[in-house]
Order: sequence, then C-alpha cells, then structure tokens
Amino acid sequence: MSEKKAKKAQVATRKSGISRRSFVKGVGAAGAVTAAAAVTACTPAWDDQTMQDAFGSFFQDQYKRMTPEEIEEALARIERKAKRRFGVDIKCEDTPPIPGVVFGYALNISKCKGYRDCVYACVKENNLGRDSQIQYIRVLEMDKNTRNLENSEHYYDPEEVPREGKYYMPVQCMQCDNPPCVTACPVEATWKEPDGIVVIDYDWCIGCRMCMSACPYWARHFNWTTPEVPAEEINPVTNYLGNRPRDKGVTEKCHFCTQRTRKGRLPACAEACPNGARIFGNLLDPDSEIRYVLENKSVFRLKEDLGTEPKFWYFAD
Amino acid sequence: MQLYRFMLDVVGDLFRGPGRYWAWIALLVALTIQGVFFYVHQLQTGLVVTGMSDQVSWGFYISNFAFFVGIAAAAVLLVVPAYIFDRKDVKQVVLLGEALAVAAVLVAMTFALVDIGRPERFWHAIPYIGIFNFPYSLLAWDILVLGGYLLLNLATAFYVLFKHYRDREPQSKLFFGFVVIAMFWAISIHTVTAFIFSSNPSRSMWHTSLLAPRFIASAFASGPALIIITLSVIRKSTLYQISQGVIDTLALIMTIAMQINLFFVGAELFTDFYNEGAHGASVRYLFFGLEGVGKLQPWIWSALLMNVVALTILMIHPLRRNPKALIIACVLGFLGIWIEKGMGLIVPGFIPTTLGEVFEYFPTGTEFAVGIGIWSLGMLVFTLLAKIIISVELGHLRFNKPEPGRIEG
Repeated sequence: MSEKKAKKAQVATRKSGISRRSFVKGVGAAGAVTAAAAVTACTPAWDDQTMQDAFGSFFQDQYKRMTPEEIEEALARIERKAKRRFGVDIKCEDTPPIPGVVFGYALNISKCKGYRDCVYACVKENNLGRDSQIQYIRVLEMDKNTRNLENSEHYYDPEEVPREGKYYMPVQCMQCDNPPCVTACPVEATWKEPDGIVVIDYDWCIGCRMCMSACPYWARHFNWTTPEVPAEEINPVTNYLGNRPRDKGVTEKCHFCTQRTRKGRLPACAEACPNGARIFGNLLDPDSEIRYVLENKSVFRLKEDLGTEPKFWYFAD
Repeated sequence: MQLYRFMLDVVGDLFRGPGRYWAWIALLVALTIQGVFFYVHQLQTGLVVTGMSDQVSWGFYISNFAFFVGIAAAAVLLVVPAYIFDRKDVKQVVLLGEALAVAAVLVAMTFALVDIGRPERFWHAIPYIGIFNFPYSLLAWDILVLGGYLLLNLATAFYVLFKHYRDREPQSKLFFGFVVIAMFWAISIHTVTAFIFSSNPSRSMWHTSLLAPRFIASAFASGPALIIITLSVIRKSTLYQISQGVIDTLALIMTIAMQINLFFVGAELFTDFYNEGAHGASVRYLFFGLEGVGKLQPWIWSALLMNVVALTILMIHPLRRNPKALIIACVLGFLGIWIEKGMGLIVPGFIPTTLGEVFEYFPTGTEFAVGIGIWSLGMLVFTLLAKIIISVELGHLRFNKPEPGRIEG
C-alpha cells in the first residue's frame, strides 16, 4: 500500500520535473534583481552565505528531483557553507542506498545497562547541536514490573547505573515501514528510502512540525535555534541525507547513520555499546544476525497497534 | 472603466474619515508594526524565542490558528439566511460577515506562517513549482481549503459590492452556485483543521472523532459572539442600520451552539475520566495537573466558568434580549472558547509526550507580541473592508454619483 503511494508520487514528480525546472529558472531570472537586493539587505537571515550561495540554496530543488549535476552543486554549497560557519573542511557526499538491503535494528534490553554511550556516540557522529542539546536516542529508565512509558524516567542521573529494580530501554527513530511522519509532511521533505530508512531533506523542510505531531515515538526533533558544534568536534565525514550540518528551523532525526551504514559500517550507536545490546543488519539477508534474533528470540515492538510497522525490535534473553 | 472608477472611489473613501477613524487605524498599524518587530527577532534567532520545545512542538500560534479558522467558518451563519433563505435584514450585514471571514482567514494563515521554521521556503508547498503532498498530508488539504475559502469570500463579497456600486442587485445563477459552494466550503475548512489534530493516533487527547463536530459547534458559538460584538460597535459608531432581527438570530444560534459545545466537552470528560487510562492523562494534566505541574489549570477553569456564565445569560430570554447582558455573554463566550479550543486543546495534546514525559509549555512575551500584531492586522483588514462596504451600502459610494458623499461618524 505505502509502496504504491511512493511509486505514484515518483511518477508524478518525474512527469512535472523538467518543465518545472525551466519554470523556476524563468522565475529566477525575473526575480534575480529583487532577490539580490533582499539578500544583501538582510545577510544574517541568510545564514552567513554569500549571495550567490544563498540564491542557489533558495532555489534548490528537492533531493529526489535534482539532477546529478544539481546534487553536485548542492554538495559543494554545503561544504563551502560549513567552511564559512565552522572554519572546517568537511566532505559531503551523496550516498545512495545499497540494492538488496533493508536495514533493521534489534535491541537486547536485558543487556542494556543505561550507560548512554550510544547517545553520546550518536551526538558526535551526527554533528548534533551541542547547545540545542538534540539527541536522537533517549534511554528510558523503567521499573522492572512494567512497560508503561508514562512511568519512565527520562533524566535519570544516579551515581551508578544500572539501578536496582530498573531496566533500560533506548528509544530512537523506528524507521517505520508505514511512517506516519511521511504521510503528514505537506511538501514531501521526508520519505522512506529503498533500504527502509526514513530520511529528511533538510533543505526542503519548511519547519511546520506536522511530522513531530504525527510521530508516536518522539523521534523527531526540531532545530529551535541554529545548532552549534565546536569546530574541533565536527565530524567532517558527512552525507546529504544524514549527518551534514543543519540549519535552524528544520526537523531532524535518527537515520541509522546513512553515512556509515550505506558503506557497510555499523551505526555509531551499535559500535559504541559496550554491552553488545545492539544488533544491526540487513533484514533481507537470511544469514544476518538480525534475522537470527527475529527468528529465535521473542521480540516485541513499541506501539505496534498503531500500524506503524517499526523496523526496530526489542528482545530479552 | 467602471471597475477602474470603483477602485479609485474605494481608495479615496479609505482616506476620508473622522478623527477617531484615523486614531483607530493608527493604533492598529502601530500594534501590527510592533508585532513585525518581534517576528523579525524570531526569524533571526529561531523559534527558540517561543516557549515551544520538542516536547510541546505547537503552542500559542497554532492554538490561534485553529481558533480563527473557526471564526472564518462562522460567516456561513450569515451567508445561509441571507442568500439561501433570502432574509432581507440579514442581507444588510452579510457582506460584513464575509469581510470578517476574510480577515479571520488572513489571521489564521498568518498565525500558521509565523509558526513555520522556514517561511521563505513556503514555495515548496505550491503545487507544480514545489511539491504538494496531496491528498496524503492534511496540511496540504488545509492550505487548499483555506486558500479556496479566502478566494470564495473575496469573490462573492466583491461581486455583490460592485453590483451595488452600480445600483444593481446580484441575480445570476452563477452567483447562487458560488454561495452554495461557499456554504459547504465553510464547514470543510474547520473540519480539515480538526483533522490535522485528530489524525494522530499517538496523541490520544486529539484522537477522537468528536473533535471535528466539537470544532464546528464551538465555531458556531464563538463566531456569532464576535459578529454580534462587531455589529454592535458598527451600529454605535456609524450611521449604518443593523436590524435587531439579525442580532436576535445570531444570539439564538450562539445559544444552541454553546449548549452543543458544552455537551461535547462533557462527553469527552466522561470518556477520559471514567476508567481513566493513558487516554485521560492529557485531560488530567489540563484540569488537575500531572506529576506536580499544571500551568493550564487556571486557564481551563476560567474558560469553563466563562462558558457556563455566557450560556446561562443566553438561556434566560430577558437577559439575552438585553443588549448589555448579551454583549457580556458574547465577550465571555468568545474568550472561553478561545481558551478551551485553543491553548486548552492544542497544548495538553502534547502532554505527556508520546514517550510519557511531562514537560510544560507557556507562551513567551514574543509569542504574545507577535499574536497582538496578527490580531491587529486582522482588525485593520476588517476595518478597511467594513468601511468600503458601509460606504457603498449607505449610497455614499456609487458609480452614478460623481462626487462621493462624506460619511459622518
């Protein structure tokens, strides 16, 4: 059902793609003078870009509708902007999904000790705003006798974890197979990729936060202010749909570290976990560890009753 | 030629007015400008200057958005008796009702716009040049129905006014067709707005099929309240005749809608509190607080009190027919519903979060300042539209009068 929707949308955009582009160019030429005046007049609102780059970003198309050349230009703009903003040379790539791969995650809650190493590794890997304190993963401290989220402790901070009588349940984007956030977005700034990862085009998002209301897992976060990262802490290895530096006013969330996983590496959170609680892999590969878990453990998913079909499972030994 | 003259006359008329007209305009312009000032600050710093957070990601702005869509929809309560039932007294004020709808849609749209993190990317939502996620996204639906409603009201009001300007009456079948469409369209704008909230199964407070009916009922209470207040002001401050029959009809509609709305609120409370589970957490937070916090309690209790007092006045016939008591009921009902379906519905929908965290929200000074700016803008638009309408309807602005007369008072 959702695949049909996606296909339909793709066909529709392809149809209008070329004519739209020439239309935008026309508008661009006509509005160039006024826009240029506006750009020079209010530089701060344009995020410290040069006029040419601000102009290029403004008319940048949605990721899926860009030609390979346009994507190259966009990536170069992102790198230039990072240089200006942080004084750091970053590399921003376009990493396509690997054919024949659909990613899934399984988390062993009996091994999770609540250290939050995954949270911190994620913050570093994905260039999350340090002052804005966005974190893609939230570890919930739960009473052992319940799975009621309403009783969870979000800000546990004892001398030592794990605490007596508690267990720990990390929550992040579930990369739903039927993602309500994608349906809610009015401009298709977020969509499900062929490898099952729900991604966001940060340059297309208008910041209306419909997706945040729609998400049942509190996975989506908004940049209420420009996310600042100290220059020396910037991860310079970035990609377009993943961990490149973001601006204020747009939504972001966990993307299973597309910049790593689409090159055969593990997500930062899986690598960081000292307890081996996190199992990540290709759901389509029958010999993968994740398939072993799904076939041999009794697993559960959060809020399955909402029909979201998460690709994130929990299990206990 | 006629249209050109009409435009000239209209502009000329807007620049003629007594001192208090100018004082009122100056006040509204000043308030709008201070709103713009605060909005620019918000644009530069980010939405961090509001009280919103990842936990409560919509607040004061979206509450006002939802409320004013309702006010806009309520114009249909004048359109139907005027054009469908052909009531002469209502016809006299129906243009003012449509002007109110235009102003209210603009207010709602502006509130949505200031809530957006990247307003300069709004073109992304324009079909063809951007991507319009229709029919899946309910915001796409809302852009469509609100834009359409604005055009419908502008078109029908302009058509009638331009006819009157040339001493003619609107008669065409086409016009009647437009009126019928506008009638259904009015219900659709508020239904779609309710669906934006009720379509989220993970937000249990909103996820009820009663939300859209509740929105319509409260709109048909708060809308007439505002129209009665507005008409009373116009009756006092201009020479324009407004028949008591119109006010009586609106007051009656408001009475019934208030009754239905309070019944709906009660039905919701029953479902939430009898066998209270996770579904009731938001409502418990709203009315009694949760985990030791509850900033909205004084708001919702005063809203409830205001609604009950307003309804009591409305239900006692001698009181309802007393102009002063009626105005009190209208002010109370308007404010009560503004809180109840605005902040009292949008904010607690996010508390607790979908992961069970209780995190509070309260609007900041910036949000209030921007809000005051937007309300002033709406009142400014309405004042200017009403001025033109009254001048035409009083016969001061006519094509066959070379020198348009001066309106007094």
